[in-house]
Amino acid sequence: MKQFTKTHEWVSNQGKTVKVGLSDFAQKEMGDIVYVSLPAVGDTVTIGKSFSDVESVKAVSEVFSPVTGKVVAVNEELLDKPELINEAPYDAWMIEVEAAETEELMTEEQYLEFIKK
Amino acid sequence: MTKQTPLYNAHVRHGGKMVEFGGFILPIQYETGLITEHNAVRHDAGIFDVSHMGEFDISGKGAFNTVQNLVCNDITGMNNGDCRYTMMLNDNGGIVDDFIVYKFSDTHYWLVVNAGNTPKDDAWVKNHLLPDTVFVNKSDEYGQLALQGPKAEKILNKIVNEKFIPKGNYTFTDDVEICGVKCVISRTGYTGEDGFEIYCPAKATETIFEKLLEIGASDGLIPCGLGCRDTLRFEACMPLYGHELNEDFLATEVGLNIFIKMDKDFVGKAALAQNAPKYKRKGVKLLERGIAREHSDVYDGDRKIGFVTTGTHSPTLGYPIAMVRIEKDFNGDTVDIDVRGKRIKAQIVKMPFYKRTY
Repeated sequence: MKQFTKTHEWVSNQGKTVKVGLSDFAQKEMGDIVYVSLPAVGDTVTIGKSFSDVESVKAVSEVFSPVTGKVVAVNEELLDKPELINEAPYDAWMIEVEAAETEELMTEEQYLEFIKK
Repeated sequence: MTKQTPLYNAHVRHGGKMVEFGGFILPIQYETGLITEHNAVRHDAGIFDVSHMGEFDISGKGAFNTVQNLVCNDITGMNNGDCRYTMMLNDNGGIVDDFIVYKFSDTHYWLVVNAGNTPKDDAWVKNHLLPDTVFVNKSDEYGQLALQGPKAEKILNKIVNEKFIPKGNYTFTDDVEICGVKCVISRTGYTGEDGFEIYCPAKATETIFEKLLEIGASDGLIPCGLGCRDTLRFEACMPLYGHELNEDFLATEVGLNIFIKMDKDFVGKAALAQNAPKYKRKGVKLLERGIAREHSDVYDGDRKIGFVTTGTHSPTLGYPIAMVRIEKDFNGDTVDIDVRGKRIKAQIVKMPFYKRTY
């Protein structure tokens, strides 16, 4: 089950790890995504800190980590096919993290309510 | 104050994502998305609302002298029905605006100016009127549509008789009836493709827009927003005022010297004669992952030699490119661009990045 941040990332619990990606709302707001940068496996990400730049034709956006912990995998397919985030935002995970700490998240229902405002 | 164009309601109805540009609220894209719209114009056709552009009507016995004195290109050889691209300069040789001159007759011209510059240009032109010249700013009277792409002529021909379609690039026809109103049609555009710009009475704009969309749908015509207008003109290396051009850039520094005629008189000529250009406009292709945006600094080794004026991913080429303003004396093959703290190598390449082949 996916949970969401106020900065439009999603988090999916995988047991010992979590996967993080961008919400459908975020990809629609950005438009056609043409470039994604990702951290390296072994890097540490921190709650509220940017771990990726996502560029659409129009502008660059930072992606903020909803968790603190060590990156155990990155979705390298996105480096060559960043458009996967537009095509299937909930399949296009960006990083997988051994999360020591997670920020307060919203359920999908709460998030859909949040983006209406 | 943000103005609406006559097509505001149509944009909202078609799902346009509305943003402010040059004092107007316009669609940056529709639901199809920027890249789809961009590709439609490259391969089939797209239609843009460019009603925000300003139309200045200059008439009278002094019209020729007034325009010829204002612009750095030479309008002497223009025939009736010709369009000519030019700039007008300030007294320091900087660029007040770039625009197209339309010649209706020896005593009647139009200047079609950039939306964001219309109020400034209005004051500038009024201050430089020579005797026997009547100036009327008709910007609010006209709507303007740009029908662009390889199939633009085929589509236009469905509602305009062939004999009223301007044949040559940078020519126009006048008093052409479309949907019951008289229009001006020029074979001009800002996309690097063949295409037309249609000037119509403001209140008829929506009818003509919908009619073109209806008859063009089978040829792939879709409404297109400002986002792809920018990527299309950028690939064709057409300058955008406020980015490649401004009041502080010397007209001889922006890669448009073929439009500057030093053998005639014009406002700003003395400054151009006295000041040698220090910068030049160049195109680069990024050699590493990343996208250089406007204002990113450009380096030759450790030395800053300029900055990016437009940069993004090229939908047609499939890699990131940029136009840069760099020191005129730089003659290397590669530069380094600072992309948010990281230096990215870029290669100087020939402009335009994209040129149509038909």
